[in-house]
Amino acid sequence: MDDNRVLEMRGINKSFPGVKALQNVDFSLNKGEIHALMGENGAGKSTLIKVLTGVYSKDAGTITLEGQGEVAIHSPQDAQKCGISTVYQEITLCPNLTVAENMYIGRTKGNITNWKKMSEDADKLLSLLEIPAKATQQLGSCSIAVQQMVAIARAVDMECKVLILDEPTSSLDEQEVEKLFNLMRGLKKRGVGIIFVTHFLDQVYEVCDKITVLRDGQLVGEYEIKDLPRVKLVAKMLGKEMDDLSDIKGEGGSYEGADADEHIFDARELQSNAGIKPFDFYIKKGEVNGFTGLLGSGRSECVRAIFGADRVLKGTVKMHGKDVKINKPLDAMRNGIAYLPEDRKVDGIIGDLSVRDNIILALQVLKGFFKPFSKAEAYAFADEYIKKLNIKTASADTPIKSLSGGNQQKVILARWLLMHPEYLILDEPTRGIDVGTKVDIQKLVLELAKGGMSVTFISSETDEMLRTCSRLIVMRDRKVVGELSGEDLTQNKIMSTIAGESNV
Amino acid sequence: MSKNIKNKESLLKRLTGNQLFIPIIAIILLAVINLINDPGFFKITPVINNAGNTVLSGYLITILDYGSELGILAIGMTLVTAASGGQDISVGATIAIAGSAMLRVLCGGQARPTELQAPIIVAFLVACVVGMLCGAFNGMLVSVFKIQPMIATLILFTAGRSIAAWINNNELPIVPDPKFAYFGGFIPGCPIPTTVFIVIACIIVIALVLKFTNLGLYTQAVGINESSSRLNGINPTFIKFLAFVILGLCVAVAALIKVSRLSTINYSVIAKDIEMDAILAVALGGNALSGGKFNMWASILGAYVIQFLTTTLYKFNVQSDALAAYKAVVVILLVVFSAPTVREKMNQLTKKVKPAKKEVA
Repeated sequence: MDDNRVLEMRGINKSFPGVKALQNVDFSLNKGEIHALMGENGAGKSTLIKVLTGVYSKDAGTITLEGQGEVAIHSPQDAQKCGISTVYQEITLCPNLTVAENMYIGRTKGNITNWKKMSEDADKLLSLLEIPAKATQQLGSCSIAVQQMVAIARAVDMECKVLILDEPTSSLDEQEVEKLFNLMRGLKKRGVGIIFVTHFLDQVYEVCDKITVLRDGQLVGEYEIKDLPRVKLVAKMLGKEMDDLSDIKGEGGSYEGADADEHIFDARELQSNAGIKPFDFYIKKGEVNGFTGLLGSGRSECVRAIFGADRVLKGTVKMHGKDVKINKPLDAMRNGIAYLPEDRKVDGIIGDLSVRDNIILALQVLKGFFKPFSKAEAYAFADEYIKKLNIKTASADTPIKSLSGGNQQKVILARWLLMHPEYLILDEPTRGIDVGTKVDIQKLVLELAKGGMSVTFISSETDEMLRTCSRLIVMRDRKVVGELSGEDLTQNKIMSTIAGESNV
Repeated sequence: MSKNIKNKESLLKRLTGNQLFIPIIAIILLAVINLINDPGFFKITPVINNAGNTVLSGYLITILDYGSELGILAIGMTLVTAASGGQDISVGATIAIAGSAMLRVLCGGQARPTELQAPIIVAFLVACVVGMLCGAFNGMLVSVFKIQPMIATLILFTAGRSIAAWINNNELPIVPDPKFAYFGGFIPGCPIPTTVFIVIACIIVIALVLKFTNLGLYTQAVGINESSSRLNGINPTFIKFLAFVILGLCVAVAALIKVSRLSTINYSVIAKDIEMDAILAVALGGNALSGGKFNMWASILGAYVIQFLTTTLYKFNVQSDALAAYKAVVVILLVVFSAPTVREKMNQLTKKVKPAKKEVA
């Protein structure tokens, strides 16, 4: 093994019933290196990480660590002892414990805990890393971003040689991401090898030194960052040359029916109990519009109010010009509104149920308690959409939780499309999803709109919004502060509206 | 040839993967033990009972008969477990309440009436309403006030038997009409215990409900992910409430059987500890006690496994005091055997054994 190497994985194989998740994959990491692990959903990134951290046992292959030779890792504890720490995409800490307790849980020496020292140590580390949290604060009271950082602080403090960051940035805003990157660069200087899993290409080019690309459970290659320009990286991940991403809007054209000016949905002074200011909103038939603004500006709260997901306090709602009452999700669904929620895991999937049950759920609820679909109908619906959206699953009976993130999202999308809604709300449909699926979803949105469906699209990625939406509602501090369309739809204009510099 | 082996493997996997596997294996095991000990265990003979009817008698009949209350309760308990992720520990006490209400209507508050004061069907319907009210009370605490099911049902668990005694002014009325004893005994001319028919009726009803409504899908969805269910238009509060009310109905049916067996009631003893057996039945059926996916038939089968075990232990002359301890040992084995971690280990073991065999071949 090279002197500079800290980790080497050779010939890793892992299969699940019906799927070869990893086939003969090699991976190596040097000291003081930030190494991106890239691939589409289902390419095997998560599986490789889980093999390395002992969550899954590998079927074949070797893992060698600096100074320890070949190691056998059978559990996350083993991995930790070997100096491998992981921060997962989803927070895996305990929200009802304090920050300090979370940082030191499971690694105090002996049976006696010195609470005071623990708090002091925690505070010291938090201030060193400039994390805005107090040691004695309950973790659940911190924002998701801070929770993420506490998880990293915990990992960093464990004398790790290899730090794995699995999609750490997906719930952070730009400043927080920058802070995280500073933290990573600092760790790099101290000689920690960092494995960085992300879907954000910009971020890869900002901090990483090397890229390893996986596709369909196989190694595509390991590249120096300077040898692999963006377009090539995407091509490697997809296994084909990319169409130009930026041009999908022009392709399809927009909806051209005679009723294109009709307001499908029209809300006045709508307000929910989620703390947003009353807002007005409308959408025309076949229109794609979107809410934009910083994280926490109230984008999601607005669409949740439209769907009746939060308690509506006041406001009038019209559909096709007629007054309707939407107090709960079922009301919205009866009026032909569908809502794909922001947090797939908490609000979207029903983990233990099959893909089939997850797909038919919304339509089934709409049809009624006393009218269940027959098995044959349910299978027909599921198979139709598995094919239509190209959902990768072993069968319609597979529990949805065993699918990859992108495919889970497609199942949820299928659930709402099956309802044939007039108005579809997509809240962050592309978060944590690979480039290929992202483009698929964007294309689908434009196609649906062309067919006369109205779509509201929310995304943290502004360029994605620019590509799909023809009108943007800008939000700041839980208030609608502007509306942009036509010529005004540019990055700069959006930024300045968000920032409140209206004269730019 | 090789295809054949593959088919066999998948069949074996399908079998062991099925939730019914554990309870069925348990029943087979108990049957084998009894067969070795005394083949006479399985003998069913016609005898003439006290009422002068020719009825079937034998250990198997005992199991079918006395497992009935548990089997019926398992239906409701499965739904409550799936929807709320918790259990109702008040079913024994609510059986006392529903049974007491039934007696109050039948005997009109007199301790030794000479004739029925109301038709049996009316008394049963009153018991159903009372049972469902108890269920509604529990269900409201759990679904609306979000109290943990075990804590919420602790109230009726504690107070239920007193309430039952209060309904009849602490009297122990005796039902004068022998017809009332049919439900927990035998209908003249029919050699099979009536309880068997009651259970079959309950199973048919729940099977029809599961087939012709979305109760199963909604209950599982709510149990697995409440927030997501809500966003799909399901009302989780109502589904949880409904599960408790259905259990209340099951309680009323079980109360009918229990009270009918004696034609009277003993408030402190009737259906004692049955809640634990009902919960155990759900667990033996391989259903997660934390809620979510469920298999109704496995739970019902689980109830009969418990009764089979009890009867077997009696057969081995275990004293009724010591029964619970013996039962516990067997239960530990069963539950450990059906735990996911153990099953995974066993799967790995069978996997390891299989390739070795291939090499030999």
